[in-house]
Amino acid sequence: MAADVRLAGPVHPLHAFLLAAPVPLFLGGFLSDLAYGSTPEPQWSNFAAWLIAGAMVFTGFALLWASIALPRSRAGGGRARAGVVFLLLLALFALGLVDSFVHARDAYAIMPAAPILSAIVTALAGAAAWLGFAGLRAGETK
Amino acid sequence: MKRLLLTAATISLLAGCNHDGGSDPNQYGGDPSLPAQQRALVPSMKIADPTPWGDHHPVVPAGYSITAIATGFGIARQTLVLPNGDILVAEGRGGGESALRPKDFIAGFIKAKGTSQAKSGNRLTLLRDSDGDGVYEGRSVFADHLNAPYGLALAGGQLYVANQDALVRFAYAPGQTKASGPPVTVTQLPAYINHHWTKSLAASPDGRFLYVGIGSNSNITERGMAAELDRAQIWQVDAATGAHRPFATGIRNPTALAIQPGTGQLWAVANERDELGPDLVPDYLTSVREGGFYGWPYSYWGQNVDSRAQPQDPAKVASAIRPDYGLGSHVAALGLAFSSPVMGARFAEGVFVGEHGSWNRSRPSGYKVVFVPFRGGRPAGPPVDVVTGFHDPSGATFGRPVGVTVDPRGALIVADDLSNTIWRMAPTRR
Repeated sequence: MAADVRLAGPVHPLHAFLLAAPVPLFLGGFLSDLAYGSTPEPQWSNFAAWLIAGAMVFTGFALLWASIALPRSRAGGGRARAGVVFLLLLALFALGLVDSFVHARDAYAIMPAAPILSAIVTALAGAAAWLGFAGLRAGETK
Repeated sequence: MKRLLLTAATISLLAGCNHDGGSDPNQYGGDPSLPAQQRALVPSMKIADPTPWGDHHPVVPAGYSITAIATGFGIARQTLVLPNGDILVAEGRGGGESALRPKDFIAGFIKAKGTSQAKSGNRLTLLRDSDGDGVYEGRSVFADHLNAPYGLALAGGQLYVANQDALVRFAYAPGQTKASGPPVTVTQLPAYINHHWTKSLAASPDGRFLYVGIGSNSNITERGMAAELDRAQIWQVDAATGAHRPFATGIRNPTALAIQPGTGQLWAVANERDELGPDLVPDYLTSVREGGFYGWPYSYWGQNVDSRAQPQDPAKVASAIRPDYGLGSHVAALGLAFSSPVMGARFAEGVFVGEHGSWNRSRPSGYKVVFVPFRGGRPAGPPVDVVTGFHDPSGATFGRPVGVTVDPRGALIVADDLSNTIWRMAPTRR
């Protein structure tokens, strides 16, 4: 399945799903962090912790996909783009992990790091998805 | 594989941020040194590695010997020595909190590895040594179908038992080996979530009042302030009516209570908050002031603010009392008993404290019974190791002390909730 993926080749629905899923999840985490910052209600930080944990699962698989696809991508512009996507996902995974650990702290100990990290990972997830899709076109999977 | 390596590298990097100094600061007594707060990404964790005692034995001072008088409990927690010398053992495991965060699943799984896997007994077992030779040949179930019983007290012919959800009593006649009927409820106790489920107990010398220690529902309010209603307090309960009022507040987890002989003063040991570093916050021993506020969650050791609790309350912080005596950080003091001259000249005046042992620290602390010497009714001098050898440097942990009780016939009774053993330390006969 993975072998069918080439940059500038057709987008596989699963690949599309893996690239896109972290965006709303990290965004939800960020919004929950903002809500916790403006209320003393710790349930918001619980929501954020779970949303980020979910985002990390998809980020992990997206990174795995990218690491398999990268050496198989066509040399030239396609490979460069695939390399950037891979690096973005790698950074996303590392920072997302830090964000997860920050969210494991108790009560207000997650502040102020949590919303800052969540904003960064939301932006990174958006960038990775944007670039990832930009190098693909819709079509049949062979 | 890359991903795995990266994860492993990141975790070790993060763990490396934990600064555990090479030596432990002096945190004993009235003025413990309090280092700056640390917030590591991953809290330092060193979980006890349960290991059967085998050829090992607890270590006691010269002139004393220690024996296991009974084992095989449904988790032995606190003990009570009855006037005829019988020993009651409270057995159980409480707490009903659900995991709210990914962390709770992971930390819960890891911490459970350091505790007993035995099934909760939910009963009181009576041990009897008829001929006074230190061998407890008699054993019977005194009362069954309790709900995680913990604190025990005898006053005015009534045996009081602090279950995790209610204070109950049995009529007790000397020599009884079995309760004559089901218990009577004195009052319900706060039991929602029950993060810290152990309800400690002491009775006033005249038997009019009972004091119940109720732990907080979280480490530091991470379940919200609503969950902390009536928590982190010591209640005074009227034995006759069951009416209660908060006697002292802001005590994060008052795990054992005792009345000082002679003065009638209430004392407590308490477990302080975690995840501020290996040397914060010292657990403590304190006389309990009526109406006093001891800081939790807003501050610790007086006015040291803990900003993790929001919204903060500067007025409460200003009113917070400094406890009398620091026992060291993360030692997990769970047992408290006043000594008497029957324990020998060295231990004639003071308290024994059972220390269950740390998790939130790479260099373990606690895992022993210590003696805090008193002079003129107040703590005087550093704690002295009394029973050690529960833990060896490799991490192997054979036992974890909980309740300590002084038998007026001349012995220290120690409940061990890992090997589920009742230990008896006594001066060696000459």
